Amino acid sequence: MGVQEPLSSPCVGAAPTAIVNDFSIAVATANGTGSQTANLALLRSFFKMGIPVHGKNIFPSNIQGLPTWYHIRVSRHGYVARRSPELLVAFNPTTIHEDVAGLPPGGVCVYNADIRYTPDRADLTYYPVPVKELLQDVDVKGKVKDYVANMTYVGVVAHLLGVPLDVVRRSLEHHFGGRAHLVASNFDVVSRSHDWARECLQKVDPYRVEPMDATEGLILMTGNEAGALGAVFGGVSVAAWYPITPSTSFIDALRDFLPQLRKDPEGRPTYTVIQAEDELAAIGMVVGAGWAGARALTATSGPGLSLMAEFLGLAYFAEVPAVVWDIQRVGPSTGLPTRTSQGDVAFAYGIGHGDTRHVLLFPSSIEECFEFGYKAHDLADTLQTPVLVLSDLDLGMNNWMGEPFAYPEEPLKRGKVLSAEEVERLETFRRYADVDGDGIPYRTLPGNQSPRSAWFGRGTGHDENARYSEDGAVWWRNMERLARKHETARQHVPTAVIQESPGARLGVICYGTTRYAIEEARDALALQGVAIDVMRLRALPFGAEVEGFVAQHEDLLVIEMNRDNQLRDILRAELPQHAAKLHGVGYIDGMPLTAAWVERQVLGHLNGRVD
Amino acid sequence: MDRVQKLNLVGLSKADYAAAPSTLCKGCGHNSIANQIIQVCYELSLRPQDVIKLSGIGCSSKSPAYFLGQSHGFNSLHGRMPSLGTGALQANHTLRAIGVSGDGDTGSIGLGQFKHLVRRNVRMVYVVENNGVYGLTKGQFSATAEYGQDLKYAGHNDFPPIDVAVEAIVAGAGFVARSFAGDAKQVRELLKAALSFRGLAVLDIISPCVAFNDEDDSRKSYAWGRANERALQELGYVAPQDEIVVEDYDPGTTAVVELHDGSRLTLRKLEADYEPNDRLRALERLRRGEEQGELVTGLLYYDDSRPSLAEVSGFGATPLSELPDDLLRPGRDALEGLLAAYA
Ligand SMILES: Cc1ncc(C[n+]2csc(CCOP(=O)(O)OP(=O)(O)O)c2C)c(N)n1
Ligand code: SF4
Repeated sequence: MGVQEPLSSPCVGAAPTAIVNDFSIAVATANGTGSQTANLALLRSFFKMGIPVHGKNIFPSNIQGLPTWYHIRVSRHGYVARRSPELLVAFNPTTIHEDVAGLPPGGVCVYNADIRYTPDRADLTYYPVPVKELLQDVDVKGKVKDYVANMTYVGVVAHLLGVPLDVVRRSLEHHFGGRAHLVASNFDVVSRSHDWARECLQKVDPYRVEPMDATEGLILMTGNEAGALGAVFGGVSVAAWYPITPSTSFIDALRDFLPQLRKDPEGRPTYTVIQAEDELAAIGMVVGAGWAGARALTATSGPGLSLMAEFLGLAYFAEVPAVVWDIQRVGPSTGLPTRTSQGDVAFAYGIGHGDTRHVLLFPSSIEECFEFGYKAHDLADTLQTPVLVLSDLDLGMNNWMGEPFAYPEEPLKRGKVLSAEEVERLETFRRYADVDGDGIPYRTLPGNQSPRSAWFGRGTGHDENARYSEDGAVWWRNMERLARKHETARQHVPTAVIQESPGARLGVICYGTTRYAIEEARDALALQGVAIDVMRLRALPFGAEVEGFVAQHEDLLVIEMNRDNQLRDILRAELPQHAAKLHGVGYIDGMPLTAAWVERQVLGHLNGRVD
Repeated sequence: MDRVQKLNLVGLSKADYAAAPSTLCKGCGHNSIANQIIQVCYELSLRPQDVIKLSGIGCSSKSPAYFLGQSHGFNSLHGRMPSLGTGALQANHTLRAIGVSGDGDTGSIGLGQFKHLVRRNVRMVYVVENNGVYGLTKGQFSATAEYGQDLKYAGHNDFPPIDVAVEAIVAGAGFVARSFAGDAKQVRELLKAALSFRGLAVLDIISPCVAFNDEDDSRKSYAWGRANERALQELGYVAPQDEIVVEDYDPGTTAVVELHDGSRLTLRKLEADYEPNDRLRALERLRRGEEQGELVTGLLYYDDSRPSLAEVSGFGATPLSELPDDLLRPGRDALEGLLAAYA
C-alpha cells in the first residue's frame, strides 16, 4: 500500500502533557467478528510491556452480530477496577453515536472510516482507520477477512500509544500457540495498519504507554480457569453441570485441564465430567458422588442454583459433601444474563427450606479462585456439607493479573471417614453422633467392607444411628448439632482481610470483586484527607475477626452489588448488638463498580446522605 | 436354636440380608418385592457391602429400608434417584446398585431423569413398583393409571397412561422386563438376570396398592394381574458357577441369553414367536397387550451391545472414590508447567 493522506485530520490542537500508563480504552465491535482475539492481543501487549492491565468483556446477551465492548484499564498504579474510558475504538456502526457520546472531553476516538459517521464532537481527537483499504492486499479470503479486520485497530492503537510491534507479535504467538500461519496472517494486518498509522496519522492526543516492570512473573487468567485449576488440584473427580452463562467456561476449563493433569499410571482418567440434563440432575449427581466418597462439584449461576435448592437442603441435612461454584449474574430470574452481580448471597446462605445454613466462600482474585478451588473440597469433606463458592461474572469471565498460584502444601483433608478396620474397632458405629463435640459426625463410604458400616441416607428425621425417627426431641437434638457444626465452620473458613488506615473512623465492609473499586477509592479518599478501614469478608459463616472489626467501628458501610443489602442484613442478624451501625449501599446496573462511585458513596455517607 | 440357617457362598444366612421390619401396609405389593430382593441377593451370594440401595420418594421408595440392612442406602428426592445413582456409581463403579422407584416417582416428577438414566446406561437395576396411584400421598392418580379409571378418592381419570416399559425401550434401555408382584418366581429370576446385566436393567413390576387401588377391575390389582397375566417366557437364571441344565431343552422353543458376568438366562418361550431382541416387536406386543387388557410379563427387550456409563468413562479398576491422594493431586511441576502458559 502506498503512502496515504490521512482521511480526515484530527480536530483538537496542541497536545497537553503526556498521560503515561494511566487510561482506559473501550473497544466497540460486533459479537462474533473475532474481536476477542484483537482485544486480547492488545491486552497482552500491555502486560508484556510490564504495565499493570485488566480487561473486561462488556457483552449483552446475544449470539452474533450484535454490539459488544471490551474495556482495557491500563494503570501504572496497578488499579484494575472499571473506569470510564478516555479512549474509544469505534468499530460498530450501530453504537458509534452512543459510544462517542460516552467519552469525556479530551477523549480519543479511533473509528472505522468505512462506517457512515462524521465526527461530531469538537472536544475529541479523532483517528479514522480505512479498514477496507488496509485489508485490500491482505492475502486472506472471505470470512477470514472479517476475522482479521479487527487487527487493524490493534496496529493503529499500537502506533498511537507506542506499543512496539514485536511485543504485539509475541502476544499473537501466545494467543495462537503453535499455529504459525494464524500468527502470520494476523500480524501482517497489524504491521500494515501500524505502518499506515505511522505515515498517515498525526498523533495529537496525550495518551501513551512506556515499558515498566510491574508484571514480571505474573500470570493472566480468568477466574473460571483459576477456579477449575484449583478444583483439579483439590482432587475433584466427579463434575456434573448444565450449561449456563457465566459458569460454562468454568467447566470448559476443567475439561481442558483434567485430561492434561489427571491420569493414572495406566493412562486412565481419574475423573469424570458429565453434562447433565438440567441443574437438578447436575447437583443430584454431585450429591450421589459425594455420598459415595468422591470429590464432586458443579458450576452454575442463579437460575441453576434455584433448581438446586431441594438437593442442597438434602445434602445439608443428610450431611453429604458437595461443592457448587455459583458464578453470579444479575437476577432475579433470567435477569441480565451477561452482567455481573452479588445478588445470590442471601439465597445461597440459606438455600433449602426449613432451618438450613450453608458455608459460602467469596473469592475476589484469581489467586483466591485457585486456593478456594481446592479448599472448597477440603471444607466440604471436613464439615460433611455443601460448600458454595460465590464468584461472579466479572471475576469468572475476565482476564486478571495474579501471582502464579502457590502449590497446595497441606495434604487433602478428607474429614472424618472411617475405614472398615476403624468401624470394627468401635462398639457401634453411630453415623450422626457428635462424638467430638464439634457437631461433625463420622461417616463411612459405600463399599466399606465392614458389615457394620452401613447407614441409610435420607431427608427425613433420623436419630444418631441414622434410623428413621419422628421423635421431636431427637429432631431438636439433631438440628442443634447441625447448628453447632455451622459454628465449627467458622474456625475452618478463610478469614476476613482487614486493611486499616491511621485515623479512620468509618469501616467499609465488602466481599468478592468489589474490593478493587473500594481499594482504589480508599487511596483517592486518602488524598482528600478521608481515611477509611476496609474489611473484605471471604466466607460465611464469618470468624471472630469480623465481629472484632464491627465492634471497633462506630460507623460501618457495607458495599455490595445487590439492591437489598444482603450481606448487611446477614451481619445485622448475626450481630444484632451492632445492627444499628451497619449501613448498606447497593449497586445494581450489572456493571462492575467504579472507584468514583464508591468515593461518592463514602463521602455521601459521611455527609449524611447517599445517592 | 434348632433351626440352622443355611449359609451361602459368602458365608451369610438369609437373615443377614434382612433389614428393619416394613412399615408399609400389610399386603402391599412393595413388601413382596422387597422379600424377593432379599431372597435373590442371598441366593446370588452378593456381599451386602458391595450393594447400594437407592430410591426416590413414595411408599415404594421407602422399601430399601426394609431389605439389605448391611448395605449403604439412600432414600433421596422425589423423582431424582437417577441422578443421585449416576453420581454414586460414577464415584464407585464397582458397586452393584438396586434402585427402587414408584410409578409417580418415575412416570411423573422423575420421567426426565429416568429417560436420561436410560440414555446414559448407568449400571443399575431399576425397579418401578407400579401401582397406578400415589400411595404415600393417599390415592391420587399417577401417570400410569389407566384411561377412564374411576377411583373412590381420585375420581375419574381423563388421561391415557404412560407405559414405563415403553418409555424405557424407546429411550434405548438394553434390559426391559415387566413382572407382577404376585408372580414371585418370575420377579426373582428377572432380578437375578438384571443384577448380571452390564448396563441399566429396568423392571416394571405391577405392585398393587391394597389401600387405594386394588379393586378387581383396576389393572393394577392382584385379582386383575392373576387373571390377565400373559408371560412371554418361563425364565430360569443359571449362575456362572452352575452347570447349565435346561430341563426339556428344546431348540427353537428355549433361548439362552448369555449375561455379562458369565451367567445365563434361559427363556422357555410361551409365545413361540416372541424374540426379545426386536425393539419394534416389543413395543407392538405391549400395545396389543394394553388394548386387549393383558398384563404382558417377562423379558420384553434385551440387547447388551451398548457399554455402560462407567465403561464409556474408561475408569480403571480402582473406583474414583478410592483413588490415593497422589493420583488426585498432580505434582508441583504440573502446576508450574501449566501456569507457564499463562505468563
Ligand atoms: C418435590 C416433591 N413433591 C411432592 C412430594 C410428595 N410426594 C411424596 S410421595 C409422592 C407420590 C409417590 O407416588 P409413587 O411414586 O407412585 O409411589 P407409591 O407411594 O405409590 O409407592 C408425592 C407426590 C415430595 N415428596 N416431593
Ligand atoms: S398406601 Fe398403597 S403403596 Fe403405600 S404401603 Fe399402603 S398399599 Fe403400599
